[in-house]
Amino acid sequence: MSILEYNGAAIIGMAGKDCVGIASDNRLGIQYQTVAMDFKKIFKMNDRLFVGLAGLATDVQTLDQLLRFRMSLYELREEREMTPRVFTNLLSNMLYEKRFGPYFCEPIIAGLDEKGAPHLATMDLIGAQALAKDFVVAGTCEGNLYGMCETLWKPDMDKEVLFETLAQALLASVDRDALSGWGGVVHIITKEGVISRELKGRQD
Amino acid sequence: MFGSSLVIGDDILDIGSHKFDAGRTDQRAIGSGAMIPARLALGEPGQFDVPDVPDPAHFCRNNFASACGNGDQGQSVKFAKGTTTLAFKFDGGIIVSVDSRSTMGAYIASGTVKKVIEINPFLLGTMAGGAADCSFWERNLGTQCRMYELRNKKRITVAAASKLLANTMNSYRGYGLSMGTMITGWDGTGPQLYYVDNDGTRLHGRYFSVGSGSTYAYGVLDTYYRTDLTVDEAIDLGKRAIYHACHRDAMSGSINNLYHVTRDGWVKIHAIDVNDMHYEYLEEKRNAMASS
Repeated sequence: MSILEYNGAAIIGMAGKDCVGIASDNRLGIQYQTVAMDFKKIFKMNDRLFVGLAGLATDVQTLDQLLRFRMSLYELREEREMTPRVFTNLLSNMLYEKRFGPYFCEPIIAGLDEKGAPHLATMDLIGAQALAKDFVVAGTCEGNLYGMCETLWKPDMDKEVLFETLAQALLASVDRDALSGWGGVVHIITKEGVISRELKGRQD
Repeated sequence: MFGSSLVIGDDILDIGSHKFDAGRTDQRAIGSGAMIPARLALGEPGQFDVPDVPDPAHFCRNNFASACGNGDQGQSVKFAKGTTTLAFKFDGGIIVSVDSRSTMGAYIASGTVKKVIEINPFLLGTMAGGAADCSFWERNLGTQCRMYELRNKKRITVAAASKLLANTMNSYRGYGLSMGTMITGWDGTGPQLYYVDNDGTRLHGRYFSVGSGSTYAYGVLDTYYRTDLTVDEAIDLGKRAIYHACHRDAMSGSINNLYHVTRDGWVKIHAIDVNDMHYEYLEEKRNAMASS
């Protein structure tokens, strides 16, 4: 079993019209043993930028701490917030720095850029970036997530439709994956603010 | 020479395998139905095609991964499994309770598997390990039990039925069959429960749990099991043990099927979604905390 599948995760980032959403499941397991059902995998970097980390739980938490540190330092030095594009490059470089002993994490970046347009990106565990206009997925049920997103995604969804699409895509995907699920969370990022909702998912 | 080559046996269909019992001599001549495949008599040891190597058991062990202790490394063929099943005897009979999830690695292949196999109106078997191995050999056990009934004009005891299965498992030992089952029923000696697995193990006991979620189920069973449970209490115990296993074990889940075995044979009690049970028990927990 791959170390990326040791704890289990399902994360989606999805673009709408003037909004962007990110969703994840809540499970923390040790292989097939479910240990916690309230594990945080999505981290708020600023009001317009979220990052989701799928993979080895210890590296998820370490990366969150490192990212928060780098974000704060940037804000103090530059006296401005980091844009999603800069953040993506920062994270990509942080991951490549550990090219020969990587963090076992596949990140998903969802945010609104300086013009208020959606920015979606994902990368592999050593920082190869992939930008997307529609959606990005990561986790142990990546295949399931791709299938659901391909069928449910439509261009120019408003924030409510985007929430519904993310929720349905996530819940349907994790129901066919043993290593993720046990509830979820969705964040919708708009210019006006962030809407966060908990999802009630199957508990088996 | 010419004469003997006209005699065609099953070996014309040989694709690099030979019958387990190479000494069989039922070769037939052309025109006498030689093209018809051999009589389908699966189930009797010696009727399956086995790899054409000096030690077929050794070959199976090294090439097919299974649950019987030969690891899941390196073999080219692997079988799917992951289950919670339990059964226990009590004063009101026997409860058999199982989940219904089937996994292939992390992928959930099905959530509606019938893991209680109704062998006949008085015998139940459970399914853990390889689905094909369990369903085939327990169906085969059903035919053997019926043959016993017809020959002896009386129903087979659970002890005898479980031994038939254990003997079958023993004859295929080392071939990589994967089966962990509980055989239950009510016979002349009362309610009976046996555990039989692919090693040929056959155990008599008051309660068993089998599968990847069995440790969780045993936790509940060990805590709450009593012989003097009422039928309703016993049903709740069977249900609860499966729920806890499904909640914590990623390879168990979906539906809880529960059977009650009585003097008059088995009755199916319920098929409940484990997720509904979660919220039912959550409410129960909240009420208990509020009242204390």
